[in-house]
Amino acid sequence: MAEFILTPLWTDWMIWGLVGAFAYLGFLIQRSQQVRAQWLGIFESKLAMSSAIILLSYLIIALLDSVHFQTLGMSGVMEYKSALDGVFSHLALIQERTYSAPFATTEYTKSLVVNAAGQVQHIKQPLEHIANPAQFSILSQSLLAIGYASLSSGLLILLHLFWRSRVHQSDFIGWTKQVIHGQTRLPWRTAYFTVWVLVSLAVWFWIMSHSVHVLGTDKVGSDVLYESLKSIRTGVLIGVLTTLVMLPLALFLGISAGLFKGWVDDVIQYVYTTLNSIPGVLLIAASVLVMQVILSNHPDWFTRTEERADIRLLFLVLILGLTSWTGLCRLLRAETLKLSAVDYVTAAKAFGINRLTIIRRHILPNVMHIVLIAVVLDFSGLVLAEAVLSYVGVGVDPTMHSWGNMINQARLEMAREPMVWWSLFSAFLFMFVLVLAANLFSDRVQTVLDPRNQSSL
Amino acid sequence: MLAYIVRRLLFAIPILIGVNLITFALFFMVNTPDDMARSQLGAKQTTPEMIASWKAEKGYDKPLFYNEKQPGLAKVSETLFVQESLKLFWFDFGQADDGRQISTDILERMGPSLAIALPTFVIGLVTNIAFALLIVLFRGSVLDTATMVVAVAIMSISGLFYIIAGQVLLSKLWHWVPISGYSDGWDAVKFMILPVLIGVFAGLGAGIRWYRSLFLEEMNKDYIRTARAKGLSDIKVLFGHVLQNGLLPILTGVVVVIPTLFMGSLIMESFFGIPGLGSYTIDAINAQDFGIVKAMVFLGSVLYIIGLILTDISYTYFDPRVRLS
Repeated sequence: MAEFILTPLWTDWMIWGLVGAFAYLGFLIQRSQQVRAQWLGIFESKLAMSSAIILLSYLIIALLDSVHFQTLGMSGVMEYKSALDGVFSHLALIQERTYSAPFATTEYTKSLVVNAAGQVQHIKQPLEHIANPAQFSILSQSLLAIGYASLSSGLLILLHLFWRSRVHQSDFIGWTKQVIHGQTRLPWRTAYFTVWVLVSLAVWFWIMSHSVHVLGTDKVGSDVLYESLKSIRTGVLIGVLTTLVMLPLALFLGISAGLFKGWVDDVIQYVYTTLNSIPGVLLIAASVLVMQVILSNHPDWFTRTEERADIRLLFLVLILGLTSWTGLCRLLRAETLKLSAVDYVTAAKAFGINRLTIIRRHILPNVMHIVLIAVVLDFSGLVLAEAVLSYVGVGVDPTMHSWGNMINQARLEMAREPMVWWSLFSAFLFMFVLVLAANLFSDRVQTVLDPRNQSSL
Repeated sequence: MLAYIVRRLLFAIPILIGVNLITFALFFMVNTPDDMARSQLGAKQTTPEMIASWKAEKGYDKPLFYNEKQPGLAKVSETLFVQESLKLFWFDFGQADDGRQISTDILERMGPSLAIALPTFVIGLVTNIAFALLIVLFRGSVLDTATMVVAVAIMSISGLFYIIAGQVLLSKLWHWVPISGYSDGWDAVKFMILPVLIGVFAGLGAGIRWYRSLFLEEMNKDYIRTARAKGLSDIKVLFGHVLQNGLLPILTGVVVVIPTLFMGSLIMESFFGIPGLGSYTIDAINAQDFGIVKAMVFLGSVLYIIGLILTDISYTYFDPRVRLS
């Protein structure tokens, strides 16, 4: 009898809470005609639409991986798993002995084995967890995968088409024709194509991973595809949660400095100049070192390695947030200074309106574009930073799945002859797609929301 | 001029005190000398006496901010904070955990760091500006769009990838340059080629985009339209007006970086085995040597503040509208 008990980690609470907050924000955007028009403007670009869908699929994987539960394992021991482990349960179990190349049927290096006749042989041992090559053909499996994918994504697209045609109060056939000819305001044709490609890829990887190691295995024989997928959560979490730490600080201090001026402004300026003058990596490294000592002095804070890694990730996010708010704070201060001299704010002050109300009604809505641009711009930087920090040794816990850790472990293997390249390749590829999508999307956000670009739109 | 520089230097003092306060808070308050002693001596079998003697040996047995036992001014000066900070201001960084003098190590390692960082910086700057000017010349064309796409792609690839790919292609497969290492004198050049090349290329994406938008903004100004109306060619306008007037915003970003070049690059130096300050810092981080990390934080801040002052001074030099006051 399988029993599931939810055992959420700290970061699980945070990411789901944040998603809830963004959903609420989306609801607010939906209500305001003007802001909604701006957001539609972002998605009018085909590139932005595709990037957003790719980002969304990364987020979905990260969210799936953020549902942790406890269940009775096969060997009768309680196991901790996430929903993503549930989907890829076959990958978590299949452990080879050592390296194997993508789609390989044998191990990558030769080893000494004693065969049935008692002779010692120097051969490449066959892998344990792959299907018999005779029964298995990549082509037919791929066709099968694309078939499944087309079917499922086709259903999804049909439902969406139907819904949109209702919203636009046009008949289904006519609307579909418009979509096919790319005549809709939002590039739905591109969106559907992206969805189809992504679903196909996902289904293809899922089906293939049952019979082969699609991206090979690493030094200890773990499946590289599984590692790369599990790393998504770490990357997305660092990118998103750091913003959560940084935003309130930057907003509060930046707006206060710009609005209250005088000694408040002086103190805040002093604080961020001081923080800024310390080289970023060094400040982070110093903080992480100190954090490690704290963690080793408080073994009672956690009961298992996952919890320890989770608390470490939490601290890392906190440190990254505390060291990265200065840039946005400076921008917000300058903008608030400008706004506080504008007529309607002066008028509001003259009427004796509460400062908090002024901030809420007049300042916040007018600096929101700066905040948004900063948030999307920072995201890709943070994903890349994670890899570098983990390489330096001040990133996430070494036991945690992350692209930085993957690169760090695989780096030494480049000296091998012949080269073991697939671990590195997978980590860089997964990272590249995420960062590229984020960069393209943030470019579009910047073009649409930055008032200086209004004339050129 | 001199008065201005002196005033700016005086302004730097409170900031440096602030930097000290932050590092002090990190290394002595969050992580108390008792904790340090415990982790240095091994967590299990430490007695209070052992911790006390370790602290006395390192000079960490004073109160943090306020010494009640001392008379008068010594109440403040005989404390850990003042003692530790004052030492830093004379660039006396004390000893590393292995007993070597940190100051001499830093002086020794500045050379190799600079040998990599300076060429990367200069060549990178020139390449970025040259590419940006070229694209601005062909703005709105297919070349413009294509370069922008490539620039975003270059930006989106992790810097670690360039290093690893460069080492594998140029050193391992083609044997053009040694894979890593360093030597003194002119021999160093063959070790410098690969890191410099990779450094320049990795910065290309962000650089081209930055300078392109800078030049384009300048291009849209009224005086350019006047110059074009007079019949000046595109190229003359670009090199005669845009480049010259774009110099000012370039300065803001560039001058502040120059002093920090001394710090070297953590990643580059550790990958290429260059005995500079970057790899020094990484080794210290891995060995958890707090003394070195502290020294590097202070040094980095000093260099950054020098950069800020240099930026201000260079403004008065290149922009006659700015007067020091």
